[in-house]
Amino acid sequence: MQWEPVIGLEIHTQLATNSKIFSGASTAFGAEPNSQACAVDLGLPGVLPVLNQGAVQRAVQFGCAIAAEIAPRSVFARKNYFYPDLPKGYQISQYELPIVGRGQVEILLDDGALKTIGVTRAHLEEDAGKSLHGSFSGAGGDLTGIDLNRAGTPLLEIVSEPDLRSAEEAVAYARKIHQLVRWIGISDGNMQEGSFRVDANVSVRRPGEPFGTRAEIKNINSFRFLHKAIEFEIERQIDLLEDGGNVVQETRLYDADKDETRSMRTKEEANDYRYFPDPDLLPVELDEAFIEAATAELPELPDAMRQRFRDAYGISDYDAALLTTSRATAGYYESVVDLTGDAKLAANWMNGALAAALNKAGLEISESPVSSEQLAGLIKRIQDDTLSGKIAKQVFEAIWAGEGDADQIIEAKGLKQITDSGAIEQMIDAIIAANPQQVEQYRAGKEKVFGFFVGQVMKQSQGKANPQQVNALLKDKLKG
Amino acid sequence: MALDTRDVAKIAHLARLDVKRDERDHFSAELSNILDLVEQMRCVDTTGVEPMAHPLHMAQRLRPDRVTETNEREHFQQIAPQTEDGLYLVPRVVE
Repeated sequence: MQWEPVIGLEIHTQLATNSKIFSGASTAFGAEPNSQACAVDLGLPGVLPVLNQGAVQRAVQFGCAIAAEIAPRSVFARKNYFYPDLPKGYQISQYELPIVGRGQVEILLDDGALKTIGVTRAHLEEDAGKSLHGSFSGAGGDLTGIDLNRAGTPLLEIVSEPDLRSAEEAVAYARKIHQLVRWIGISDGNMQEGSFRVDANVSVRRPGEPFGTRAEIKNINSFRFLHKAIEFEIERQIDLLEDGGNVVQETRLYDADKDETRSMRTKEEANDYRYFPDPDLLPVELDEAFIEAATAELPELPDAMRQRFRDAYGISDYDAALLTTSRATAGYYESVVDLTGDAKLAANWMNGALAAALNKAGLEISESPVSSEQLAGLIKRIQDDTLSGKIAKQVFEAIWAGEGDADQIIEAKGLKQITDSGAIEQMIDAIIAANPQQVEQYRAGKEKVFGFFVGQVMKQSQGKANPQQVNALLKDKLKG
Repeated sequence: MALDTRDVAKIAHLARLDVKRDERDHFSAELSNILDLVEQMRCVDTTGVEPMAHPLHMAQRLRPDRVTETNEREHFQQIAPQTEDGLYLVPRVVE
């Protein structure tokens, strides 16, 4: 009998505000330790949190992007636990009344089907500081260093329904949320810097049965690790259950080096957070005007844009999905289409040569050495038959290498396609004269030899002869 | 509802309060009294009453998203027991 995995994700995404959620300290990444930790962030006595409007706006924008209800009234609560990177002894979060209610997103599965994943809620909270386990010379032996620059950075915690049924679906959903938060510009989504972190709740069950006991895998910071951690955890639980054991509800850590999850040393009172409404903060009340102002400038959303690209440009769903992975990609594509009028050629070049080159160099589209104008310039030379597809690849590589625009490179390297029938005929005549044996074979019915002649013409013309013309003229001449 | 000394010990530990063993009876009685009061209040019919999140009938004011704080690390670290390379040092914590 089969097992069915049941997965839900909790995603913490840092909101790209200038200042912290409850203080006026900067949120810039990479500053000197503790240089951006003010009295509020340090939890010094007598300080009061004041809510950052920018964080609220971004939460509202996210809610709007997933078609969720924005709570007209939401409440901050204290989540109590002790850890050195949380100086107050509690994290200000939201519990019973989150700012964003139930919403949904669509993910594109490998077979091309769309699946709707429910988002239970999204709430605002503050990030904790960082603990550094280096070696410190200070007296007292084993010490941990605390950097509170991150403490108080606004987070939006996005909680999914347990709607995901495989590691692949979980990754597709996480990527979708990642795409969305970057698209609407509420987070930079930088996973290396910890701006986007994923916890996965994983259980398995027999299809149709109630949910099994789940384990929570904490703080996964790459899509690849997310996939591996879930796969490992599913296998672990199935093995356990098939051997007659039970899954224990616990928090586990994914160890990328060993590719396994392992139990975190269970704190005795794990999950006894004793939430209560934070008396330092009043309920947040949002009226229509605030919500309208916050969402007025939301861009066209990726799903809508994907459908528009597919319908207006006649490209596949798959191509359209690739071209809408980020706003920069979509903008680049629309610019190339505008300049060339050829949506399909533009899609092929972007998802082909350009995507491959960017991927190989590890660059984002915004860092592409080939600008949209340059790619459009190249495509125009394919459209007007100056370049064959093959030579166009060479020209693309030269543009990539910074040798100039398509026209400059064509001129400098003499790559212009030969479309002068007279010139091609001359070459063909010479080749036919020089290879009487192959001509005999072809005329005797050995059609494979045709390729030999094409090869010879291309060699002679250094790949510049127009392939269609070469084919037509060769056929004609070889008939004899 | 009543709290026994085990509950008191647990709550004290969660709050990192050093409640001595011989104080637990005293606290369990006092805390139980508070719960008795809560129990009495539960008799009141609160149908249709919105749960109160804050005693003030006001909404949270929002602050413009501007950086207003400057680096006062040196000032703050004067009262820290131990610092190094700009970090606050604490006894080692193990994950």
